Amino acid sequence: MSNLVVEMAAKALKLNIPLSVQLDLTYRCNERCIHCYLDHDDHGEMTTAEIKDLLDQMADAGVFYLTISGGEILMRRDFFEILEHARKRTFCVKLKTNGVLIREKEADRLRALGVESVQISIYSHRAEVHDAITKMPGSFRQSIEAVRLLRKHGLLVTLANVLMTQNASDYKSVKALAAELDAKFLLDPTITPMMDGDRSILQLNVDQAALQGVFRDGALVGNVEEFCAPPVNVDEEALDALPCSAGHTACYVSPYGDVYPCVQFPLPTGNVRRTKFVDIWRDSPQFKEVRSITLRDMPTCSKCTHGATCTRCPGLAYMEGNMRGPSYQDCQKSYARTGIPSENFKARNASPQSFQSLKLVQIQGLPPAERNFPAKMTEGVAARA
Amino acid sequence: MKNYRYVARSTAIAARALGDETMVMSATNSTLFTLDELASVIWEAADGVTPLDEIVANKICAQYDITPEVALKDAQALVENLAEHGILLLSDQPLAQSSDSHRETL
Repeated sequence: MSNLVVEMAAKALKLNIPLSVQLDLTYRCNERCIHCYLDHDDHGEMTTAEIKDLLDQMADAGVFYLTISGGEILMRRDFFEILEHARKRTFCVKLKTNGVLIREKEADRLRALGVESVQISIYSHRAEVHDAITKMPGSFRQSIEAVRLLRKHGLLVTLANVLMTQNASDYKSVKALAAELDAKFLLDPTITPMMDGDRSILQLNVDQAALQGVFRDGALVGNVEEFCAPPVNVDEEALDALPCSAGHTACYVSPYGDVYPCVQFPLPTGNVRRTKFVDIWRDSPQFKEVRSITLRDMPTCSKCTHGATCTRCPGLAYMEGNMRGPSYQDCQKSYARTGIPSENFKARNASPQSFQSLKLVQIQGLPPAERNFPAKMTEGVAARA
Repeated sequence: MKNYRYVARSTAIAARALGDETMVMSATNSTLFTLDELASVIWEAADGVTPLDEIVANKICAQYDITPEVALKDAQALVENLAEHGILLLSDQPLAQSSDSHRETL
């Protein structure tokens, strides 16, 4: 992340501005991915008018980065009407899609509308593996064709590769495929529980040996020694640190208007059908509670040797029952990364080797080096989630 | 340096005010810029129909302690810099919203 992006995020935090929002337009999807955390039904999606009004509210509230996701976004017949409105309100729009419904016409339209980037899920370089994960025959060919079309039209594309037992050995080839297609590559080993709390899909997570292999892949993590270094001491600064941007400068809105700190943090804070977006953001007791929590307030994690360097996700901790508690999945990550068990591990008196639901942080290449312009305009490089 | 009279925000950008600054991202190459308070004033006023010298006189010199000559010279340099990055359009004539950039974007 460039210095400029970091500066902007710090300023947004100070001003209590929701700099970044993920808006899911629908949970309906034309694929049935085995690891998906959503159901695929329509329980009363926001109408076109409601979404446009929400976009207006979000623009007025200061939202800059707008990630439009789903479900499959192109399942909404009004998708381009919504996107056009978002661009008229000058959001920096990122899209997440499987690309199956993208043809020449759609690619051309996305380019014309000034979409910043498009992320497409590719689970393997092998069509049969990808299609088995999506449960949609032909989806690999269609998604790859979409990548080619989008690149042909000059759009930035990222191949998102979710790591699971079915494709654990394929990520290097998917990375090579991304390079061949002139696309970026993102490895996402995070299998999240379903939004209804069902944790059964966590069994799809790869085993620890595979994870350790990923953590020690310099092509992914950069400096392996640094990435896998033993944890540093938890000092006063670390104790006052905020966990992540969820609820601080970022939030998530569901197709039904429910607002949460993050797509991975399903703490209900309000609904935009009943309350203005900005009022939920500023005044929701739940948001205020999330914002009040620092490492110091976490009884277990504040005493943990990994406290200062852990990638603890407050949403996963919440889904495990306590947003001030440890996220066991992240404890497992810290162990896989450093070989040193966390306090939570010790407290549970468990053998880390036996856990199957290991998770990782998202890993991606660093953005290009930024250039600095003096005086009245500062130029940087956009962070791409 | 040519003294362009009219300036308009490109629509091939993403932009948002952040306090007294403005974030602007080029949709063509995802380069992010921030404009400081004075640059943000010019950016906001760049509607394509108000001459730059009028913007400087009414929005800058009327609000800030700066001479019109210095302010206009700085403003010219700024808008040319922004135009080089494709996020601002310059013209000797008023710029309608149906500019090439607008058609390209919407």
